[in-house]
Parts: sequence; structure tokens; C-alpha cells
Amino acid sequence: MTADTADPDAAVGVAPAADAGFLQRYGATIEYILIPGAALVGALAVFGIFVALFGKNPLDLYFYMYQGAFGTWFSWQNTLTRAAPLILTALCTALPAQLGMVIIGGEGALLIGALSATSVALAMPWAPPLVVQAAMVCAGVIGGGLWITLSGALRQYRGVNETISSLLLVYIGLAVLNHLVEGLMRDPASLNKPSTREIGAANMIGSIPGTDVHWGLVFGLVAALASYILIYHTVFGFAARVAGGNIRAAKIVGLGVSKLILTICFLAGGAAGLAGMIEVAAVQGRTNANLAAGYGFTGILVAFLARHNPLAIIPVAILLGGISASGGLLQRRLGLPDASVLVLQGIIFVFVLASDALYGRIGFLKGKS
Amino acid sequence: MADGSIGLWTVPLAVFGGAIRVSTPFLFVSLGECITERSGRINLGLEGTLVMGAMSAYGISYLSGSPWLGVLAAGITGALFGALHAGICSLPRVNDIAVGIALMLFGTGLAFYLGKPLIEPTAPRLPAIDFGWWSDTPQVRAALRINVLFLIGVAIAPILFWAFKTTRWGLLIRTAGESSDAARAMGYSVLWIRLRATMVGGFLAGIGGSFLSLFYPGSWNEGLSSGQGITAVALVIFARWDPMLCLWASLAFGGAAALGPALQSVGVTSGYHLFNAAPYILTLAIMIITCSPKRTLTGAPAELSITR
Repeated sequence: MTADTADPDAAVGVAPAADAGFLQRYGATIEYILIPGAALVGALAVFGIFVALFGKNPLDLYFYMYQGAFGTWFSWQNTLTRAAPLILTALCTALPAQLGMVIIGGEGALLIGALSATSVALAMPWAPPLVVQAAMVCAGVIGGGLWITLSGALRQYRGVNETISSLLLVYIGLAVLNHLVEGLMRDPASLNKPSTREIGAANMIGSIPGTDVHWGLVFGLVAALASYILIYHTVFGFAARVAGGNIRAAKIVGLGVSKLILTICFLAGGAAGLAGMIEVAAVQGRTNANLAAGYGFTGILVAFLARHNPLAIIPVAILLGGISASGGLLQRRLGLPDASVLVLQGIIFVFVLASDALYGRIGFLKGKS
Repeated sequence: MADGSIGLWTVPLAVFGGAIRVSTPFLFVSLGECITERSGRINLGLEGTLVMGAMSAYGISYLSGSPWLGVLAAGITGALFGALHAGICSLPRVNDIAVGIALMLFGTGLAFYLGKPLIEPTAPRLPAIDFGWWSDTPQVRAALRINVLFLIGVAIAPILFWAFKTTRWGLLIRTAGESSDAARAMGYSVLWIRLRATMVGGFLAGIGGSFLSLFYPGSWNEGLSSGQGITAVALVIFARWDPMLCLWASLAFGGAAALGPALQSVGVTSGYHLFNAAPYILTLAIMIITCSPKRTLTGAPAELSITR
């Protein structure tokens, strides 16, 4: 009793009970799963109410969402196909977040990556497919990477806010794409929908054997895994996290902050650029305005929902891919507008951010009842 | 070149007319954001608020037959979004920039959802005042057809400037923005001040949206606003949180945004998309010139997370 009143901090520090040791060790991890999970359930409930206001049955909604996302092998393939670019565009937000930067321009990097990859493929019609594909990957990564590096450099050398500059670069990227697709790079045969010429069926990257899911998913998984190792198991990643936690401390211990920022931004943009390359080489076969399908913006949500952890991005991207895959079914069966997926994403985003307030506040996870 | 009498003068004239017409949404959003940021918070969600404002204004104008009711509805919608932003931000450890991004996506999504049935019908538009009655040249008359909302926006800027400087409310907002501790010490709730500042900011941004759907371009579709809200937020930064500078910057932006359509009207069609991106390129260029990593921006509210 006296110890409690004299020094409450010390009392908290003592392990309360034997079975609470588990909670003490894993409490934070459980929190990271439990709180976003609860936010997701809350968002789905609110979306159900929202849909009910328009006279639709929320239970039908949940059923069709499940059907459209994970109900059948066909919908699973659709979901995974959409998850591939989402993993990569989410990395575009999650990697700079390690440095405390908020980059939301993944959509722009995706478009520029797609444009670069297409240009390279069209420039080397004589090369064997494998060479063309390798060149497309390089071009996509470099194009997207430089696009986001621009935001990082402006932040580091000119103090320009990276959130705003990266978003402005989305609109500039879209304008550049439209300009080239309707001008210099236009295929004269594309009348209604201005497009570049096709990169050729031989150069498409194709599907994983036995499925309709293209190889882009593997690209995404590898990129997420590599990012995880880079951030949590290398000196470079450690330095990045130190700089993200306390920039002055990082400078005092002599970390090259500029180099960190530029490298991380390049990798981030490269991931989104790779997503653009995949959309060209696995889905569209050419570059046109269809590429601005919003993967870059959904990727921001994926990154925040995964709390910027590259490994957690994989399941979250599959989940969000599932939600967008179910959009078609919701449209057909319930007559909901296609924007309903956007509304649900927005509600989820709001709930996830609001749930940030809950961390460290759930009584039973702190090991004391 | 349909009218040869004024020839290439069409371009500067159209840019001038465009500066007035296109700048109005920039003006309202930037003045609203100016109030919000002066109180120490940044609301990136105004892009979503703008689109929601445009949609609700069009819808209410269509249903009620009165465009002014639509403007009011847009303002109220904007204020509600502002309240949502401020409400979530007042929770502990919630980042206002991230909430802004979320509301940007939520606002546009919701507007597309609710606005689906509004693409087809035609709603009554806002009237314009014809300041060009003295001229015979149709281009001059077109350029001088000015909407009342623009005049209101122009009037709000100096009023806001004065209010920040001299009124009690202006001082409170600035105190909350410069030092929340000071405001707290004076016995005011910072969260409460910021809630009101964000709601007023959202109200103005919503009205800016109503201009888009009810006057120029004057219809509701999903491509109505592409980044005007976010450009206006950036504009506040290089206007140094000064309402009068917001006014001049908005006019410059309107002119830049009108360049593409103006050149197209005289037959310059190559590079159309690049000219349309002029406001974004201009924003980026001005931010590069005016920002500096060495010092914090002069006039920046000290509590603002974007400048720290």
C-alpha cells in the first residue's frame, strides 16, 4: 500500500501476475491486430447502415461482398489480381512513413512507371520477350522512383511539404500521360480511347500456371517481403527508423539523412512504378487513361490500415482488393453505384485513423485488469 | 478564330475572364483553409469538401429550384465535413494530415455515390451580373459576366484580414494557432476554437464547390474537381496565411487554369493537357521558390504540423 502511493510508476513496472506475462510480451502485437480489426468491423457496420438508408438489406450487402471477394475461386482470383498493384502502391506510402514522411502520390508514380515501361517496350521491338520484360521492369522502377524522389528531394533541399507536392505530381503525371498518349505516342488506330501502341502479346508477363492471376502478384509479394527485411533486419532500415523517430538524434549520431530520404523515396516510387509496369504488361497491354484507376489512392489506405508494416500490407491489400473486386457484384445484384466501394474505403479510412486514439488504452491488454 | 476582329487578343481576354471565373473556387477554399490553418490545424480534406459541396449544391438546386438554397446546402455540408475532421482530430494521437487524406477520399467517394442520379438532370444555375454591357465585342461581354459569389469572395478577403487583426475572435484563432498553451492558460478550449475554425473553413470550401456545379463549368460530373481543393490548400502556404495574398494568388491561379481553354479557343490544341496542368505546375514552382529548409516560413502558425 505504501509502495503504491510512494511510487506508482515502479508499481506498474513490476510484472503483475504470471499469466499477464503473455499479455506483456504480446500485448502490443495483439493491439496491432485487434484495433484495426475492430475499426474494420465498425466501418462495415456503418456502411451497412448507410446502405440500409437507401433501402437495401445490409445482410445481403455483406453476403454479396463476401461472395464477390472470397466466395468462389473465380472471385479469389479477381481479388488477388487487384491485390497485386495495391501491395506495391501501399509500399509507396509505407516506406517513406518509416522516415516520418507522408507521401500520397503513388498514383502519379504508377502512371509514370507505366509510361516509362511502355516506352521502353515500344522502343525495342526486335528484342526477345525476356529482355523486353526485364527492361520494362527497370524502366518502370526508375520512372516511378525518380517521380517520388522529386518529392523527397524537394522536401529535403527546399522544405516543400512532401504530402502536397506528391499529390500535385499525381495531376502533373496524369497530364503528361494524357499529353503523350494523345500526341507523340498515340496509336493512330485507337480512335475512341487514345492509347499507345500495344507492347505485343509475346511481351505480356502472363499468368501463374493453373490460375488467372498474373505474375504481378509474385512481384508484389517479393517487394513486400524485401521491404520488410530492409526496414526491420538491415542497418539501413534501422537508420531509417531512427531518423523517422527523431531526426535530430539521427543527425547527431551522424546518419546521412538526405541519402536516407532520397533512397527510401526512390524505392517507394519504384514500387508504385512497378505496379504501373505490371498493369501494362499483365492487364492493359498498352498505356492509356484507364491506368488511372485509383490503385494509388487505395494504396494509401492499405498502408495506413497495415500501420506501414510491409508484411501486414499483404493481407490488408488482399482484403481491400477483395472489397474492390466485390464492387461489380454489388452493382449487379443490389443496384449500388460503383462509387459504393469508394464510400466504404473512405469510411474504413476514417475509422482506422480514429482508432489510433485507442492504442495503449485497452485495459486488459496492459496486463492489469 | 471565329471572330477575326480581335484576333489573338482573345487569349489574354479569355485569361482575364478566366481569372475571375476560375479563381472563385480557389478563393473560397483558400480563405476557408486560411482560417483553419491559422487556428493550428491543416485540413487536406477540403478537396473532398469541395466535391461534396458541388454535388449537394447541384442536388438541392435541382430539387428546390433555387440555386441559392443549393449554395447554402453546400456550405452546411462543408461545415459538417469540417466538424467531422475537427472531431476526429481532437482524439489523442490522431494526425490531422492523415485525417485530411481520409476525408478527401471519403468526400469524393460519397459525392460520386450520392451524385450518381444527378449527372443527367439540369439544375437551375446561379445568375451572373453583366458588367460588359458597354461593349459590343462578344468576348469582352463573356469575360465580364461575373458571378455574385466571386464578389462575395473578394469582399470576404479584406474582412477576414481585418478580423484576424482586430477582433477578439481573430485573436483567439491566432492564439490557438501560435501557442495552444497560451490559449489554454487564458482559459479557452483549443479544441473548441479549432472545431469552429475548421467548420467555418469547411463552410467556405463547400460554397466554393457550389460555384463549380452551379456556375462554371456549371454541371455535375465526376471529373468536376481535379485537385482544385488541394491546390488551394497549397496556395495558402505561399500566401503566407494572409487572406489578402490568398485573393491575389487565387486570381493568378484562375488565370493559369484558364490558359488551356483560352489557347484551345484560338486553335492551339497541342499541349492542351499540359496547359490544363498549369495550376499544379505553378503551385509546385512557387512552393519550390518560396519554401526553404533553413528557416520556418514567415507568418506560419507555430502549431501547424505541416511546417514543423
